Amino acid sequence: MEFLGYFGGVFELKSLLLLFGGTIGGLILGATPGLSPTMAVALLIPFTFHLTPTQGLILLGAAYTSTVAGGAVSAILLKIPGAPANIATALDGNEMAMRGEGARALQLSFLASGVGGVIGVLLLIFLTPVLAQWALQFGPSHLFWIAILGVTVIGSLDSKSFVKGLLSGCIGLWLSQIGYDEIQGTERFIFADALTGGIHIIPALIGLFAIPQVLDMLAKGRSKVAIETIEVPKYSFLDSLRELIASVRALSIGTVVGSIIGLIPGVGGQIAGLVAYDQSRKFSPQRDKYGTGHAEGVIAAESANNAMVGPSLVPLLTLSIPGSPTAAVLLGGLLIHGIFPGSDIFDKHPQVVWTFINSMLLGQILMVIFGIYTAAWAARIARVPMPIMAAGVLVLALFGSYSVQQSMGDVHIMLVMGIGMFVLEKFGFSAAPLVLGLILGPIAGDYFTNGWMIAAAQDGPWVYFFNGPLNLVLIAMVVASIAYSFWSNMLQGKARKADREAAQ
Amino acid sequence: MNSSRLQHLIPGLVIFGLAAIVTWLSFTQEPASSFLFPRIISIAFIGLAAWNLIRAASGLARVGAGISGAMFANIAPGLVVMLVYIFFAAKALGFYVASIIAFFAVYTLYDPAPYSSAKDWFKRALVTLAFMAIIYGLFARLLEVQTPRGFFI
Repeated sequence: MEFLGYFGGVFELKSLLLLFGGTIGGLILGATPGLSPTMAVALLIPFTFHLTPTQGLILLGAAYTSTVAGGAVSAILLKIPGAPANIATALDGNEMAMRGEGARALQLSFLASGVGGVIGVLLLIFLTPVLAQWALQFGPSHLFWIAILGVTVIGSLDSKSFVKGLLSGCIGLWLSQIGYDEIQGTERFIFADALTGGIHIIPALIGLFAIPQVLDMLAKGRSKVAIETIEVPKYSFLDSLRELIASVRALSIGTVVGSIIGLIPGVGGQIAGLVAYDQSRKFSPQRDKYGTGHAEGVIAAESANNAMVGPSLVPLLTLSIPGSPTAAVLLGGLLIHGIFPGSDIFDKHPQVVWTFINSMLLGQILMVIFGIYTAAWAARIARVPMPIMAAGVLVLALFGSYSVQQSMGDVHIMLVMGIGMFVLEKFGFSAAPLVLGLILGPIAGDYFTNGWMIAAAQDGPWVYFFNGPLNLVLIAMVVASIAYSFWSNMLQGKARKADREAAQ
Repeated sequence: MNSSRLQHLIPGLVIFGLAAIVTWLSFTQEPASSFLFPRIISIAFIGLAAWNLIRAASGLARVGAGISGAMFANIAPGLVVMLVYIFFAAKALGFYVASIIAFFAVYTLYDPAPYSSAKDWFKRALVTLAFMAIIYGLFARLLEVQTPRGFFI
């Protein structure tokens, strides 16, 4: 119950204001189609430079929590999921809205998100110190394999193609090696002056997530996309609360599925929502109603994608392995504030970490309150025309990447990486594994070098890196993660081929 | 060879070329101890790049729709604005003036409203100035970020 001792930090005026601002801003950004939670968190990181690490993390945590829930607003009212995590919500939520039950769907969605989110954060509170204690046994060789595992897991799961996912991770790892090698004092891969200090993670994050989305918006040209406006008649909040309690099966399935999936590195909320929706449908006596505007569909999907948020930070805080792409960006936020995740994180930074986790707990409750009262407003903002959004994100990307080190080199790197990522995405590559390689590369590199030096004084690198039960278990996990991705990619390929043949 | 296969082959070749350069540099640069980890990365990099290239050449790389001519035509004007804005105007004119011009240019180029309507031109100008006022308040006043002044501010 150590976390209770750090609640005071959350209730300081500035922290509370940041929590309120992050929650409301996150709800609006989440509700805006085209702005993913990952991009929203990436764009917010430069603002945290001017805050203390605790305050910066409170802002990022609030944004992470509420962007996932906010995506339900546009999924329900506009049938455009604000984030991939809300795809399953749109299936029944929009049908309900079309029947004039938009307010009911929104209230159920935020209440379910809140319940799932609180349970997810409680798991984070109770599991993280246990895992951190276990991680104390790890030496440089184990931490090296864990970093590699992080890249292979997310690299292979968050991509439509197994080869391209791993290749993206490799590109990220290589990019992370550009700059000065601090141990040897030598230059590595410096092709231009802007690269002398290496690639700073924040301009890279902004470029990789924001610029491709700007270009995607521009790719639609001068088209006038008509978004249907749905009237949202009022609905009793107490009735929604009663309905949520009555739908305990869907709520439990969503929360359990979301929590488990959150703990698995790299899987993310998109899968959590869809798996929970599917499982809830299978176990429901009213399974035929799913897809026709059934409230249980919304409850299962939304409780799952918010229950995923807390557990996705468990491997992040203890092993530096993010549970989702947004958690990978959050890892960048931690590192720039000098917080290095690992077994000793609770010893070195208890105030920062516990206040951050506590703020996420409070943030879940605020998200429910603000979500219900600002949903209609957020949906209106979600209809901001595409050219304004594209131009706005472009300007924000310039200021955000410049403000980190007051360097035009960072701005140039941001744009070059952004345009490059846009092209790569069009050919099936994904930004998340590349970012993870970029973030985990220096960590893996440092542990590798340390391990190599220890190995040189002992039995040599082969024995040091490939011997011992923990090393072997971790290597087996790396191999299993690659093999699983290869297998699931083959299944997807067969399904696509069958679809093509059926279409002919 | 159809256009889809060719489209996947070009990035495949570029990435393989990049992987080859990285591998060559990793194994030829000194001191070798500084390039131990990059060497491991480069081996995985070139192996995967070769696999990707073979898949692209044999028509197996079907993930990703590529970039069509129509898509490129839509992006091109905005991309030109972006490049001029970031690589030239931001420093030469100052961040705020350059941003006003870039925001207005992107908004105008992609706004489906007719160019003949004075009301729409006024709306674009108003939205641009309102947005830039928020950016100025945030970065110049609240965060006190010193930006290049250029000719103006």
